[in-house]
Amino acid sequence: MRALDKKLLRDFRRLWAQAIAIALVLACGVAILLTTYGMYGALEDTRAAYYQRNRFADVFASANRAPQSLVAAMRDIDGVRSVAARVDEHVILDVPGRLETITGRILSLPVNGEVMLNLPIVRQGRLPSPTRSDEVAVNEPFARANGLRLGDTFFANLNGQKRELTLTGMLLSPEFIYTIGPGALLPDNKTFGILWMSERAVSAAFDMQGAFNSVSLKLDPSASEQDVIDRVDDLLKPYGGLGAFGRDQQISHSFIDAEIEQQRTGAMILPPIFYGIAAFLVSMVIGRIIALDRAEIGLLKAIGYSNAEVCLHYLLLAGLIAVAGTLLGWGVGTWLSHAVAQMYANFFDFPYLVYRMSFNAYAISGVLALVSVAVGASKSALGAARLPPAVAMAPPAPPRFKRTVLDRLLALLHLSQPMMMILRSLMRWPLRSGFTSLGLALAVAVLIASSFFEDALDAMIDKTFQQTNRQDATLFFAPDIPETALAAVANLPGVLVAEGQQFQAAILRHGHLEKDVAIEAHRPGVDLARVVDSAGRVITAPKDGILLSRRLASQLEVRVGDVIEAEFKGGRAETHRVRVVGIVTQYVGLGAYMDLETLNAMLRQAPRISAANVLLDSRQIPALHAVLKSTPELGGLVMTTEMRQSFQDTISYNVTIMTTIYLVIAVLITFGVAYNGARIQLSERARELASLRILGFTRGEVSFILIGETMILAVLAQPLGWLLGSGIAAALVRGSSSDLYAIPLVLEPSGFARASLIVLAASLLSSLIVRRRLDQLDLVQVMKTRE
Amino acid sequence: MPEIVFRTQGVTKVYDTGELKVHALAGIDLELFAGELSVLLGPSGSGKSTLLNILGGLDHATEGRVWFRDLELTALGDRGLTRYRRDHVGFVFQFYNLVPSLSARENVQLVTDIARDPMAAEEALEMVGLGHRLDHFPAEMSGGEQQRVAIARAIAKRPEVLLCDEPTGALDSKTGVQVLEALKAINDTLGTTTAVITHNAMIRKMAHRVIYFQDGRVARVEVNEAQIAPSEISW
Repeated sequence: MRALDKKLLRDFRRLWAQAIAIALVLACGVAILLTTYGMYGALEDTRAAYYQRNRFADVFASANRAPQSLVAAMRDIDGVRSVAARVDEHVILDVPGRLETITGRILSLPVNGEVMLNLPIVRQGRLPSPTRSDEVAVNEPFARANGLRLGDTFFANLNGQKRELTLTGMLLSPEFIYTIGPGALLPDNKTFGILWMSERAVSAAFDMQGAFNSVSLKLDPSASEQDVIDRVDDLLKPYGGLGAFGRDQQISHSFIDAEIEQQRTGAMILPPIFYGIAAFLVSMVIGRIIALDRAEIGLLKAIGYSNAEVCLHYLLLAGLIAVAGTLLGWGVGTWLSHAVAQMYANFFDFPYLVYRMSFNAYAISGVLALVSVAVGASKSALGAARLPPAVAMAPPAPPRFKRTVLDRLLALLHLSQPMMMILRSLMRWPLRSGFTSLGLALAVAVLIASSFFEDALDAMIDKTFQQTNRQDATLFFAPDIPETALAAVANLPGVLVAEGQQFQAAILRHGHLEKDVAIEAHRPGVDLARVVDSAGRVITAPKDGILLSRRLASQLEVRVGDVIEAEFKGGRAETHRVRVVGIVTQYVGLGAYMDLETLNAMLRQAPRISAANVLLDSRQIPALHAVLKSTPELGGLVMTTEMRQSFQDTISYNVTIMTTIYLVIAVLITFGVAYNGARIQLSERARELASLRILGFTRGEVSFILIGETMILAVLAQPLGWLLGSGIAAALVRGSSSDLYAIPLVLEPSGFARASLIVLAASLLSSLIVRRRLDQLDLVQVMKTRE
Repeated sequence: MPEIVFRTQGVTKVYDTGELKVHALAGIDLELFAGELSVLLGPSGSGKSTLLNILGGLDHATEGRVWFRDLELTALGDRGLTRYRRDHVGFVFQFYNLVPSLSARENVQLVTDIARDPMAAEEALEMVGLGHRLDHFPAEMSGGEQQRVAIARAIAKRPEVLLCDEPTGALDSKTGVQVLEALKAINDTLGTTTAVITHNAMIRKMAHRVIYFQDGRVARVEVNEAQIAPSEISW
């Protein structure tokens, strides 16, 4: 090993505390990049592999009742490779030992037993026999959640007939990676399941012989999806077609899309912050090292080392920090990726997780680490290269302090000399002071961005449950029932109040823009499921038009007063012109609201409802379930109270994990910035501070100068941090908004206060660690050494 | 007539600090000969160090020309000067300029790593009488020892010239003499052309020639017919 390399290693060892402080910050960036990028890849790869192996369809459509003969016609559409038609119905289950009413979807398996598209994977047991009408397979998570085992029996209410079914298999399907029941906010495998039965049995039960109501199509890669969708719509229109759609609107697919997008956003926003801070810290530390090594640089040049060799020497020193940070980040990132992958495997129903250690993720995160420290070190290293040897060996000129207007201002304040030293030094190095403050501000920002999530979700829960949806339960009917049937709902055991709500599928058009939505309609004055605007005001859908959520309005580019077209699906499939009479801010979904009376008049039918929102007498809930279990019209049931609880549990679990991670991150940033800042100050001022001690200043007074500078910068960092935090929160809001939900931008003063306190405390602690070194300073030794 | 190693012609050096111009060298014409040990004597600011830096390729002259044998130093760029220093020049500085994180042997290896035909680091240290202190770090050595490591480092590449800027400036008389003895021994045994800057008039007695500086010029040159041994010098 060359002597110069030995110097490199020994310098690195001497710097270990500072190097580790920087490496930790860098490691955060590397680990987060690795994890998010890795998860992004894992989700995409897994889904792609799953879709391909199990022939996930490209286009989906449903209708009321279409003849089997249409299948051949669909197969003939240009670009269609294969078509799978089936019967898809809702079902009510009565699982022995379970009090609650369980709802589900029942899917028919073809007579010949050969599934063409959306192949389920048999995880346990076998598919039901095509000839048996008492055999059933269910999705594996449902079986597990309800403790069902192969051979167990349970009851299903198929179109009014109660049947005893025997469980033959547990399946997973690419259609149900994310399985969510109607009206639910989160998957609940206990109360919602997917059932597969022989076509013979399902067709007979639902009077669908020779017909289908659900169809999936696989396209050639070259086919135009929109053309196929249009052709399918034409074919299904006479049979109550509800509009064909591509994967982008398939619920499971779009949920995973949102998750993948969120990972991508995460990979874009956070890692650059860490890389940036690390670059700054490296520039600060290497800059100081080079200042201290001035004479050595002169010597190296004097004995014949070239400028490039000297420059490289310091770049390599920075490189070692990058290597340490990268290795640490790879280690943590690998572990974290596996942990997160496990979390995903639990949350999504994947049969397997394709998690290849992505060489790219490792390479990119490592290269970025090297690049960022190289950028950080380059200015100083190039300066070292440019330093003429004769100049390098002469001691540096003392920093030039000049009297400025600010000084005169300071003089007027009659500050103590130590305070003066602090302020002068801050002004002497404005760039460094600025960046130190910026680094600490970013720590504050990261904390605000994390606590923001907690507050935002609280607000979301409050809006969604406390203000908007105040019912104890919602009963969904499929198909719609006449509004008059609401009286029967009100008579169910335990129901105190029942209010109707209609969901009408429609395509809203404005110019060339269009959006598939479910128009929500109810009578004025409903008290349970209400439309509430951002200011908390209850809004009643007016009789003369449609009310749109802000997101929907902006996607359609409409303003209040504009007229849009609504193409209603199902029924007569008519198109009507509707005026936008209001826009309302909402968090979940693409809401569109109309008056129940107005909507049904438009559809030329007696008022109908799709759901009933009810208030319940909790003592009578078991009795209610007992009745609901034999109510075939019931398509789904959401017990709002339980959903609220499980939503809150899930959220608070996730929030706790996230807050902890962000806390660690913020403390690491603070430590990295404050500790390095204080160490460099100590190094620059050792002589000065020692002189003060010799002059009779106490340890406390001298430490005040050291700690004071760091703390002033930390305090100055707070407002900037609040601003940046709000910015990051806004970016996260934008990044995670989808058709399904938008997180509100809620910023609470308590979140700002908490972030500031943590960063100030961590800064103080970091400078106190450096203070200990100051206390150990050998006064005589310091004064003897040459600067 | 001995061979000329260095030749300068009207060398000036002006430091421009913005507000005022400092004429460190005001026209130097000088020759240094092969194998000669010369002492450059003069008060602070008389231009000795500036000249030495220019001869050693550490600094550029403002005007005038400098030759090392047939090589015109004033025509070289940074890269050429680096090459020249690497191949031909050994430096010894007043404050030793050892790398504190490297041992004596490793400090010498800094040079032997990049030199064309170096001696072993151990051999160089042996020559300055430090064969027994190879693995000591600078902080573990006395000032005289540190300076002798610096000399070992300078000679390890077998340089043709050895340029010493106040090598004994920071040392007491006794250790200073040890350093001078090392320089003398190298001059005698290797025939290295040696130029020594000093404030110390006593040291002139060991030189072949003494060059007096005053206000950026060579005031006079004195030839010593007989040199005394370093051990006879004290201050």
